[in-house]
Amino acid sequence: MELQSVLPVLGGLISIVGALFLLLAAVGIIRMPDVYNRMQTGTKATTLGSILFLLGIGIAEPSWLGKIVLLILFIVFTNPISSHVLARAAHFRGIPLAEGSVRDCLADDEAGEQGVCE
Amino acid sequence: MANLLFSVALSIALLAVVISFFRLLIGPSAADRTVALDGMTIISISVITAAAFFLGRVIYIDVALVYALISFLGVIAIARFIERGL
Repeated sequence: MELQSVLPVLGGLISIVGALFLLLAAVGIIRMPDVYNRMQTGTKATTLGSILFLLGIGIAEPSWLGKIVLLILFIVFTNPISSHVLARAAHFRGIPLAEGSVRDCLADDEAGEQGVCE
Repeated sequence: MANLLFSVALSIALLAVVISFFRLLIGPSAADRTVALDGMTIISISVITAAAFFLGRVIYIDVALVYALISFLGVIAIARFIERGL
């Protein structure tokens, strides 16, 4: 078997793994109890899933790899920023944590307490 | 073989978009809806790239890049609006 026929199959398998991570992220967005947990699954799992999915396509079409890597870098840099800004907005809007959450370090910081968070 | 594998991956990603859409519909607060919208757009980038693979046109990856840029700016703007108003 030469490389030319193996690469697309390998890329397809990697893309399927990435798509499963994207599906997990979507299920987490539905199932998680509050905004902050949803944000956590919706950011981390989609980042990893997008990286794997795009890398699979880049492996299947090696001449596209430059643009694919550019897209991956863009997602890796911007996804945490948007998640951080959203979490900050939700916190300052006063959306409460879910039942069973144990700590809110940002609220402690605002109250001036030196707790476990330091 | 490879086309079949990529078809399966594309179907799973589209299913993920549909599942996230329900949170966009039922989300109790605006932040929930924005999280769901953010997830949907990031998954859609993968879907657009898969479309570029099936159609064999590299130019559609540029479409995905611009889509990522616009969705990032949109989420930042909506979060700013939620935090302190316009």
